Amino acid sequence: MSNLIQLNNGEAKIVSDIWTLVRLPESQVEVRKQAGKVVLFKLTGEKTVSEEQVANTVIPENGKLIVPLTVFIARKTELQTRISANEIGVWIDTHEILTSLIENQVDLNILPIIAVNVERFADGRNFSLGVLLRTRYGFKNELRAIGDVLRDQLFFLKRSGFNSYVIRADRSAAEAIASLNDFTQPYQGAVDETHPAFRRYNRVA
Amino acid sequence: MYKYDEIDQRIVDERVAQYRDQTRRYLAGELSEDEFRPLRLQNGLYIQRHAPMLRIAVPYGMLSSRQLRKLGDIANKHDRGYGHFTTRQNMQLNWPKLEDVPDILAELATVEMHAIQTSGNCIRNITTDQFAGIAPDEVVDPRAMAEIIRQWSTFHPEFALLPRKFKIAVSGTKEDRAVVQMHDIGMEFYLDTNNNLAIKVWVGGGLGRTPILGTVIREHLEWQHALTYCEAIVRVYNLHGRRDNSYKARIKILVKALGIEAFKAQVEAEWSHLKDAPNTITEAELVRVSKHFEPMPYETLPLHDANYDVAIASNLSFAAWVKRNVHAHKTPGYRAVTLSLKPHGKPPGDATALQMLTVADLADQYSFGELRVSHEQNLILADVKVSDLFAVWEKARVHGLTTPNIGLLTDIICCPGGDFCSLANAKSIPIAEAIQMQFDNLDYLHDIGDIELNISGCMNACGHHHVGHIGILGIDKDGSEWYQVSIGGSQGNNASLGTVIGPSFSADEMPSVVQKLIDVYIKERTVEEQFIDTVRRLGVTPFKTYVYPEKSSAKNEVAV
Repeated sequence: MSNLIQLNNGEAKIVSDIWTLVRLPESQVEVRKQAGKVVLFKLTGEKTVSEEQVANTVIPENGKLIVPLTVFIARKTELQTRISANEIGVWIDTHEILTSLIENQVDLNILPIIAVNVERFADGRNFSLGVLLRTRYGFKNELRAIGDVLRDQLFFLKRSGFNSYVIRADRSAAEAIASLNDFTQPYQGAVDETHPAFRRYNRVA
Repeated sequence: MYKYDEIDQRIVDERVAQYRDQTRRYLAGELSEDEFRPLRLQNGLYIQRHAPMLRIAVPYGMLSSRQLRKLGDIANKHDRGYGHFTTRQNMQLNWPKLEDVPDILAELATVEMHAIQTSGNCIRNITTDQFAGIAPDEVVDPRAMAEIIRQWSTFHPEFALLPRKFKIAVSGTKEDRAVVQMHDIGMEFYLDTNNNLAIKVWVGGGLGRTPILGTVIREHLEWQHALTYCEAIVRVYNLHGRRDNSYKARIKILVKALGIEAFKAQVEAEWSHLKDAPNTITEAELVRVSKHFEPMPYETLPLHDANYDVAIASNLSFAAWVKRNVHAHKTPGYRAVTLSLKPHGKPPGDATALQMLTVADLADQYSFGELRVSHEQNLILADVKVSDLFAVWEKARVHGLTTPNIGLLTDIICCPGGDFCSLANAKSIPIAEAIQMQFDNLDYLHDIGDIELNISGCMNACGHHHVGHIGILGIDKDGSEWYQVSIGGSQGNNASLGTVIGPSFSADEMPSVVQKLIDVYIKERTVEEQFIDTVRRLGVTPFKTYVYPEKSSAKNEVAV
């Protein structure tokens, strides 16, 4: 049973997943993104993934794949034919910096899908990443939330521009789907509804 | 004050339904403790020492009599007959049952109230000056903008799970009473040289473990851009603020790590994309919301009232109360009244259900049915006729609401502390009570004059100890409770952080320590000086020497 919810023209459905997620091999090196000085680490642009990991990532020969951002950037030439065939998407972690994707791939819309991976549901960076992908970088195709995705964040994910959600394996997507509509008339403009309540309605004092 | 339309009402109603289902799933084991925690916190529900604590939002401190009556009813029905008003102008219940909270929220929704985002890592209640709209020194009434910011921040999808809590304060007066420099974002509204409404924006202030006063990030921002500019600031914070250590996760740490110039450059770069986006506030929206805050239908009154003058001259207790608890008003013949929730020997900020009902009646009879909560944890009747002051005093006095100590030593700001709060290192309420009893002499209190004493039970600083003229911080040392004392902190335009005077004290020592600080001040002060002025003129040393006479040579004393 699939745990993927897809939103199409306001209608949410559970659908089967046509994409395969490609993961980096485990690293022997200390995982830097958990290190103390996240701020400074970001400023120095230190790598979170080793070149060895990128090189050793196994890319299946067939099928539609969502590859890690670092692999996409480093092995783009190798993937070029499949990118042209709409078989390659990219996934990013919440600590990764979008500009490194944009610098490498100016037109994001050649990617049929971008996924944002959240390690812990309480990490709200995915919302800002979604908003930026949709508004700043004009990404129009499928934007997917993966990782620790739970129903009580779905409404915010939807409003931040995500239109597909892989609910964590131990939870029911069928039950989660209801939370996409926890609120009917939000106050502020966001990705799904750009106008705030005061521009949408004639609110009378 | 602001009244809900169907859009506002639907949002709080849908919130009740959402939270009811979240509670159901938690109790059914479908949500783990870790998964439920941020959900309940964003609804103001803490799990405390004795029972859950529920923090109810009082947006920028404004309450109607109907709402206060409902709070009183809820305190009777779901709690032990009292509530606690907080330094963020909210109200807390200390003993509700977790299973009852959805029902409490449903009751609150009937009077246009909620507990949305009163805790958790999100944008919290917007706070402001308790005298907004009536203060003679007010340049701009900031409440309409506070309401617009409240709506924008409510379930803002991008900022639903920030690295840490995020507090915004607004003010519109010459003399800042909203402590904007102590907030993650502080907004001071003013009229610019073209007489247009503008905002001076401060960022990165906050107390807690690392107290820092905010820095100006923008001297001049046109009011229309208040929301998009906040979005730019909070987006930079959401993406780059630390998430690995909750003690270093506030925006102040990011601003400090980057430096204000680099931080500002990032914010301005974001804002260049957000400026003029649909969240830009329209003239029509400002007009609509401002209509809810129009001046009350005041009568034209004479400047003097003969009966009032007689009462002042003949009744010393009434005169003392007027001196401390009655405040100037923009409109001739009107005054604002502070009802003290600081009677000596009682927990500061607590009000019984009966007191709440009494204050609601007073508001209906004498103050257009509205009242405010101050960040000093008192209740305010903002629009009382001078000729009614004596009647208000007599009625409030019966219920213990007229202690004439506003701005005096016993008007203590105090968090719930170790008696209730599971974060606290030490009790704070018994310390406040003991100090109040030490100084339980009104003539003496008035002679000491204006002074602010703030107590926090831990370094999270809910009692704002860093900015107290005297600040007391509860600390834990090998499992016992100790108190660290600082002096020289201050809120307002000349905000400053206090300096710790030395090693900490046991609870028993605290009344005499405060007594010694006051003794030094009384001895050294000039005629015009308040406590804080004397501290600023002389520095910490004379106070320190008197408090620690036998220790002044023992330099190797280890501070705890």
